[in-house]
Amino acid sequence: MAYATVVGIEIVYAIATLVLVSLGLAIVFGMMRVINLAHGEFLVMGGYSATIAFHHGVNFWIAIIFVPPVAVGLIGLVIERTIIRFLYGRMWETMLACWGLSLFLVGLMTMIFGGDTEGVPMRVPGIRIGAYQTSGYELFVIAFSMLLVGAVWVLLRLTRLGLLARATMQNTAMAEALGTNTDSVYALTFALGAGLAGLAGGIIAPLSGIVPTSGGSYIGQAFITVLGGGASALTGVTSASLLFGVVGQIATFASNAVLGSVALLAAAVILIRVLPDGITGRYFQGNL
Amino acid sequence: MKLTRRDTLRSVATATLAAALPMPFIARAEAASDIVLASLYDLSGINQEVGKGMFDTLSFAVDEINEGGGLLGRKIRVISYDMQGNLQLGSQYAQQAALKDRADVVHGGITSASREVIRPVLDKYKTLYFYDTPYEGGVCDRNIFCVACTPAQTVEKTIAYATKNWGKKGYTLAANYNYGQITADWVKKYARDNGGEVLGTEFFPFDVTNFGSTLAKIQAAQPDWIIAVLVGGTPLAFYRQFAAAGLNSKIHICSTTFGSSNEVSILAANEVEGIVVCYNYLEVIDNAKNRDFVTRFRAKFGANYPPLAELAMSSYQGIHLWAEGVRRAGTTERMKVIEALESGITLDMPSGKIYLDPATHHVTQDVHLAVYHDKMPKIIETFAQLPPSDTAAVCNLTKNPNDNQQYVIKVD
Repeated sequence: MAYATVVGIEIVYAIATLVLVSLGLAIVFGMMRVINLAHGEFLVMGGYSATIAFHHGVNFWIAIIFVPPVAVGLIGLVIERTIIRFLYGRMWETMLACWGLSLFLVGLMTMIFGGDTEGVPMRVPGIRIGAYQTSGYELFVIAFSMLLVGAVWVLLRLTRLGLLARATMQNTAMAEALGTNTDSVYALTFALGAGLAGLAGGIIAPLSGIVPTSGGSYIGQAFITVLGGGASALTGVTSASLLFGVVGQIATFASNAVLGSVALLAAAVILIRVLPDGITGRYFQGNL
Repeated sequence: MKLTRRDTLRSVATATLAAALPMPFIARAEAASDIVLASLYDLSGINQEVGKGMFDTLSFAVDEINEGGGLLGRKIRVISYDMQGNLQLGSQYAQQAALKDRADVVHGGITSASREVIRPVLDKYKTLYFYDTPYEGGVCDRNIFCVACTPAQTVEKTIAYATKNWGKKGYTLAANYNYGQITADWVKKYARDNGGEVLGTEFFPFDVTNFGSTLAKIQAAQPDWIIAVLVGGTPLAFYRQFAAAGLNSKIHICSTTFGSSNEVSILAANEVEGIVVCYNYLEVIDNAKNRDFVTRFRAKFGANYPPLAELAMSSYQGIHLWAEGVRRAGTTERMKVIEALESGITLDMPSGKIYLDPATHHVTQDVHLAVYHDKMPKIIETFAQLPPSDTAAVCNLTKNPNDNQQYVIKVD
């Protein structure tokens, strides 16, 4: 029984991590159609900002929850103003620009931080479940991801800013005609996506070390989840994370970590073959 | 005969031309007066931390030799290639070192995967190769000298300690490539030899960051100890998550790789406490030779240089073994140097006495079992002069000089 609980926690945790890692990309790619190949580096920058803040004496929770989204959100804003805004609607050019940006950021971070693994020490004790011990931090990540999905939903669905953002993404010309400053809406939405990526990096930092090239291990997962999810940003990411997380973790428990990642990829291939537009291309249409 | 100005000019011109024609040969002869040593380490990418340490000690050893008058009266010139953790670059740079630089010796390759890429290239172009990394053992090839520890020297002592002090049941976590897989088999064998058993073995890709499911599986299996044969960026995440789940107070950890990168300086004291390792070299080894080495090394690289680990020392010792071979051969000609290296060289090094075994091209050396306490390794026990018996059991280059393969242990 205790074992089943631990396995259950691990599965939910895998789902939560996928949601966390993909949410920023879902906004930037799902809503704005920007193929952000630098998403992984945004995550890593979040991790570094948390590490720096923590080592300068900032409280653990502030360092991982507040510093990364603000720092990376601002960086995102600068990147949007200087690079991305000239390329809206030109998918291939944005993709190339983002790829270049990704290489540039990896190089820049290597110059600044070197290739050593950095990290934030864990401040959450383990918890007991029957005869088993599990990480308390994982429960925090699960709860936090749920809250975050809720918060983003509220922001996009119930606030004026969210309404303007959705209107702008649906029909820019019409939104502009009705008096919306679509330019700043684009900038803010991109900053939001970047900030969410940074936040994910901050939350992950205490669990796994970060090096400038760590982005590579997250970008694949994030794109698979967002593509598997389809058109609707939030519903898509949540449903795809649910599917991939369950498949990947069950395979990991039944065999090992290598086959777990293989199973996750196989599930993604089958899903895209059956539902080329992703899960929300057929189900839950019209959701956020 | 009257010397006219025209005649003089003509003869001078001819002489200049005659001198200029064979210029390339002269230039080559001049360049060849330096002994060329090519180094192939990962100076960036996932193994950068390890590679940098190895390259620093390699340069340090070369400087020592050059400052002492060089080898055979010639200077050693180091040509460094950065493999960047990329196997393809390994074979490309090995070719460049052999063909373009005409290196007299190549030192390098960190992972066993990269060694198996470099080795055939250097075999083909008949370039002497030194592999200075502790590895899974069994390489039998007259062109290569593997001068660091193998499982019979370190893994055997680690597992013997674990089964005696912690209990009979173990669990292996290993990197998913030849080093991890073969070492995992050695763990199985040594556990069995000591009356214990390995309850489970799991392999991980280099970039795995989530060990949650593994921790649950380990607890379900209830081992007394686990052995971490992890490489790359994964170890840090593992030790941290293991401690975060509160398991470090219940299950003991030993490792074949811990401390060879910068884990110790990043991890918190409680995450490192009690981890047992077994190495040929630790900076804390107390002997006159090592005290002198550490003082000189730190004078050059600074007091804040991270603790020197086994891999860095292996590079240092590898250079000195090779240099001794060249001295004895009196030439850098490959076959003569190999024969000289097979003449039974013993050197007094910071890690203790090392003896280059002619039959296996591996080394007999001291190893130290140590436990981490307050982020510092404390030596528990020292085993003097252990032979590379794993490789010696299958490889004899004196009898079969043409053997060229890596023997792999078979367990069930």
